[in-house]
Amino acid sequence: MKFLCVACDAVMNFAERQLPGDGTMAAVFTCPACQHEIAMLTNPMETQLVASLGVKVGGRTVEPPPFELIRGNIAEGSDVFADQVARVVWSADALDRLQRVPAFVRGMVKRIYSDYAKGHGIATITTEVMDRARTDLGLEGM
Amino acid sequence: MTRRIRTYMQAAEPAGTELVAQIDAQFERLRTRLAGIRSIIVVASGKGGVGKSFVAATLAAGLADRGLKVGALDADVNGPSLARMLGAVRTRLRVDADGVHPANTRAGCALMSSDFLLDTPDAPLRWRGPDGAGFVWQSALETGMLREFLSDVCWGKLDALVIDTPPGTDKIARILPLLPGISAVLLVTTPSAVANAAVARSCTQLRDAGVQNLGVVHNMAGYFCPECRTISPLFAPATEHADDTPFGPTWATLPFDPRAAAAIDAGLKLPVDSPVTAAISRIIASLELPGTAPEQYP
Repeated sequence: MKFLCVACDAVMNFAERQLPGDGTMAAVFTCPACQHEIAMLTNPMETQLVASLGVKVGGRTVEPPPFELIRGNIAEGSDVFADQVARVVWSADALDRLQRVPAFVRGMVKRIYSDYAKGHGIATITTEVMDRARTDLGLEGM
Repeated sequence: MTRRIRTYMQAAEPAGTELVAQIDAQFERLRTRLAGIRSIIVVASGKGGVGKSFVAATLAAGLADRGLKVGALDADVNGPSLARMLGAVRTRLRVDADGVHPANTRAGCALMSSDFLLDTPDAPLRWRGPDGAGFVWQSALETGMLREFLSDVCWGKLDALVIDTPPGTDKIARILPLLPGISAVLLVTTPSAVANAAVARSCTQLRDAGVQNLGVVHNMAGYFCPECRTISPLFAPATEHADDTPFGPTWATLPFDPRAAAAIDAGLKLPVDSPVTAAISRIIASLELPGTAPEQYP
């Protein structure tokens, strides 16, 4: 996947990835010649399709943790890893952010964050935990 | 006038998305993890219900019995059965910095199976995703699961890793690219024209992929009566097996022994006097793995 600045005939450089938390993704690309910026926006299905390959647009700064793809995508298995806590609670701001997720994916997104928190021994899900989960799990738009 | 826009291939400059580099890194991680495994043995067929898992489980147990360090991978992620057959206790998976630790089994080998990832024994494997569109990426996720089973599990140094593949030639094609080297493929069939047709397709696929060491295992080749110790036909005589097949040499013929079937269902060892036990020994001899010479293990 590349973006070409037609005016400059230059391949645009990846600049930034944003995960707004509603299952979508925004990836910003910049033309190295004219500095023009564009943002590629993906819907939840397109975002999931990329995530299913176990890759992150823009690359990684750290090695993926073991079973990153499995733990981030399997619907069952919330209690199979030994390093989990039994129950998590949601902070008010995290719940507020969750409410902004479209209803048709909200249950799935909530489960992902809950499982992530359990798997990392986190008792309370905050917006910071949600940000970290998205990065750690490679769930590009969740 | 049509504008001339460079194609992807012509636009050789990197864009910084790092997608290809990440796929390369996944394969490097795979190669590094599997470097400690001396032999990879794939049990396949292409046809369901012929006894692949039975052969894979009894083979893994037989190799472990001979003192080899053995791992087993249940690649049938939607229909796992090795955990039960090898006598693995349902347990939480331990994760540390090195990876996910495989389960120990009563049969003496290490095992990784999707069985361990499911909350209850009757839960099917399900994936998250926007409602109603899971089929779009299911194949990619299943392949990703197999990749992580291979690359993220602490297999350590193994004499042999036995891989039980699901039915379907497409499933065989899915796992082959993940394996840096295959020592042997066991093609399991039954005395049935339908089964043999499916195996023929798998054989073609494997040979096209460059797999050379193929051995055929004829399963359910007759019924073994434990009382009178005779073998009678289980299928019509015309469909009973031939000694050699177009797919490759016959490595073993396994009659149906109800005692063996009951034992493996319960995760127990095969009866010593079962003809299945002897047949598994013949498979092990054909594999010619170091440390399994017949004179060493009478």
